[in-house]
Amino acid sequence: MISEQLVDLSRLQFAATAMYHFLFVPLTIGMVWLLVIMESVYVMTGNVVWKDMTRFWGKLFGINFALGVTTGITLEFQFGTNWAYYSHYVGDIFGAPLAIEGLMAFFLESTMIGLFFFGWDRLSKPQHLLVTVLMAVGTNLSALWILIANGWMQNPVGAEFSYQTMRMEMTDFWAVLFNPDAQAKFVHTVSAGYVTGAMFVMSISSWYLLKKRDLAFAKRSFRVAAAFGLASVLSVIVLGDESGYTVGEAQQTKLAAMEAMWETKPAPAGLTLVASINEAEQKNDWEIEVPWVMGLIGTRSISKEIPGIHDIKAKNRERIVNGMVAVTALEALRTHRDDVVAKQVFEQNKTDLGFGLLLKKYVVDVSQATPEMINKAVNDTVPRVTPMFWGFRIMVGLGFAMLALFGMAFYSTLKSNFMEKPWLLRAALWMLPAPWIACELGWFVAEYGRQPWSIYGVLPTHLSVSTLSVNSLYGSLAGFIGFYTVLLLVEMFLMVKFARMGPGSLGTGRYQSEGKSALAAAHV
Amino acid sequence: MFDYETLKIIWWLLVGVLLVGFAIMDGHDMGVGTLLPFVGRSDLERRVVINTVGPHWDGNQVWFITGGGAIFAAWPLVYATAFSGFYWAMLLVLWALFFRPVGFDYRSKINNSTWRSVWDWGLFIGGFVPPVIFGVAFGNLLQGVPFQFDAYLVSTYTGSFWQLLNPFALLAGVVSSAMITLQGGSYLAHRTEGVIQARAIKGAIGAAVVMVLAFVAAGLWLQSIEGYRITSVINPSGLPDPLNKTVVREAGAWMANYGRQPLLWVLPALGVLGALSAAFLLARRYTLSAFAASSLAVVGVIGTAGASMFPFVMPSSSMPSSSLTVWDSVSSHMTLGIMFWATMLFMPLIVIYTAWAYRVMRGKVTAAYVQEHDHAAY
Repeated sequence: MISEQLVDLSRLQFAATAMYHFLFVPLTIGMVWLLVIMESVYVMTGNVVWKDMTRFWGKLFGINFALGVTTGITLEFQFGTNWAYYSHYVGDIFGAPLAIEGLMAFFLESTMIGLFFFGWDRLSKPQHLLVTVLMAVGTNLSALWILIANGWMQNPVGAEFSYQTMRMEMTDFWAVLFNPDAQAKFVHTVSAGYVTGAMFVMSISSWYLLKKRDLAFAKRSFRVAAAFGLASVLSVIVLGDESGYTVGEAQQTKLAAMEAMWETKPAPAGLTLVASINEAEQKNDWEIEVPWVMGLIGTRSISKEIPGIHDIKAKNRERIVNGMVAVTALEALRTHRDDVVAKQVFEQNKTDLGFGLLLKKYVVDVSQATPEMINKAVNDTVPRVTPMFWGFRIMVGLGFAMLALFGMAFYSTLKSNFMEKPWLLRAALWMLPAPWIACELGWFVAEYGRQPWSIYGVLPTHLSVSTLSVNSLYGSLAGFIGFYTVLLLVEMFLMVKFARMGPGSLGTGRYQSEGKSALAAAHV
Repeated sequence: MFDYETLKIIWWLLVGVLLVGFAIMDGHDMGVGTLLPFVGRSDLERRVVINTVGPHWDGNQVWFITGGGAIFAAWPLVYATAFSGFYWAMLLVLWALFFRPVGFDYRSKINNSTWRSVWDWGLFIGGFVPPVIFGVAFGNLLQGVPFQFDAYLVSTYTGSFWQLLNPFALLAGVVSSAMITLQGGSYLAHRTEGVIQARAIKGAIGAAVVMVLAFVAAGLWLQSIEGYRITSVINPSGLPDPLNKTVVREAGAWMANYGRQPLLWVLPALGVLGALSAAFLLARRYTLSAFAASSLAVVGVIGTAGASMFPFVMPSSSMPSSSLTVWDSVSSHMTLGIMFWATMLFMPLIVIYTAWAYRVMRGKVTAAYVQEHDHAAY
């Protein structure tokens, strides 16, 4: 049997490397459009400060991009190295968007980024702008394909299990492509990236403004970031609501855990603002609720019920019991492919196959599962409520705080009085980490909330791992953490250094920070 | 449009195309990385070397990423079994590659000799280690790898990392490393001038000699190595089921394809002649032709390995009937078809805009260029 320690370490390694990767991705996704905006203004007006803005913010973009690439390599291969059974079981569907991501998006993005940095003297203005636009398109397309892959993990449409090949096989590519979960996730995730890019530029510009440095440069950067940020944060919140809706349809479990909804409430359900969660007794000791709102968000109606955790578990119990029959029949079929009786039994119960496989965590021969094991498997089907509930709330809270900040910043750019509001500039500076925290929590809620499945309802996480030794996992995990920590420190060092140097680091002779930066560079 | 059997063969060819594309494109960047500490003696010289690949290495690296993705999509069992079986080898490749994006981008951002020299060695590791490990991996595939499947098709690898480092595999690692160094040296000769070019040519010619000797030695050794042969009847258009066949190991089995199809001898010949012509052309400063010849050598070497093993992709030494072949490790008919059309659609576009990028950046990279672009160049 697969040891739980191996599963936990494999999950930890994936979570660590993926969340680390996502420190760099949202900034890339968002900042690339700010570069497009700045360079477009340069091409239209010919004002060289806009070129300098494109190049300076582009420099910081490049420092971030390097680690995005570094950490991205790991993710393309980690399914194979650490999740071999997963790769076999769903590769027929999951591999395709990953490969298309490479062909359609990564090549474009990575080829154009070279020309973006090195092509200034060799391309005409419109040609260079085209390069920047293509880089942005490539970057955002890569987000599309990886979220199609991820959306399929949450809501596995367009595929069917084949007992002959012992895996899921694609039956409808368009269903995988236009999976509502994937589409909602895509717009929500890229919008979150846009917010991150805007916050980054606005925060650092605010710092220059507070220091009264390079004002012409910093004011323009602040204005662009405030406008782009406001539009993006509105999009995140509105489209985040859309992903709440699709979650409601495809994954009621995640919704119930996120909302600490133990019992099914009469429709339309209220939205719990805060609660004291009692995980042991599976109830909330107290909660503060806004009537109706959850029902409206979750079902887009006032009459549909959203099932609570207890009801979901009761339904899952039936599916696990059916699943036991499916697993037993499947094993008979794998021994004798022409066993007609087993085939018939299997076909009748195969929609619950994944639920039967949940028992593999506790027993090799699933038909021998005891009622106690079934109870455990039933309990496994809902993730722990506390981290889901609070993770989600902190993310949403940060979203609204950023809405307030970008709203005020944008309003003050219309009034042209942000220079007289140091508190606003300071708030913008201190809010810098907010989008990153919100992004990471968003992924946490989405992926922890999918447990115990790697593919919801199809393949338990427990079965998905590679058959590696626990020592190998300790070794690789230590290696990744060590490498990534050093790289992050180096990246932060350079990022802070160049942000401090400001546009003077371009060496154009047009900025007041110039002399100091040359000196600093010589002495490091 | 295509039947299943045809698609299975097309995908064997396409994976070959992706591997060759990777070795030609990312290969020359890695070769430049391998040569970096030796052809660039001062900081300025090293910057010249690095900036020959500066605008392109990132796009070229996508051949590796896409190769991984395509194997996942087309041969999921190979992706799963090989990468988990070769766990530590794979991690070494990934960790070596970590040095490249940061090495390229961060190296010249700070003017400090220790800082720059650390990243230079990082770029060397990122260029040198992966080709050696890929060669070693191919050397092991040719001998078979100890893994097996159970009825659920869970693969278990029973070997260790150290046993991958056997003499034949290490020889294959030498072939691969020398081939990539030749590729990088030819490219560097084309994009530089003066003393750096002279050193690059010297390194490349040396690499060509080593490659040819090691490649021929490996070929002779292969005659006596136990290859694999399917002994049961295979239905090439059947559903993939790697447990539904019998396989034997026998010495000389890898030569069988050449007996059946003598035309295949073109491939090893291309490997040898390509490398020798590259060396010959470099000595006469025909650098672009040398790069083309070196690229043909890559086609020859990778093609030789593939043709010897066909239809095997990853033979199992501990349970030969678990071996993975082009017939039974593939995706469904539908997925192979979709991925075929996606590749046909995007591959020409990739070639077009990559060629454009090289055209824009064409010409020799010189010390003057680097000094003039001190703040923007790598």
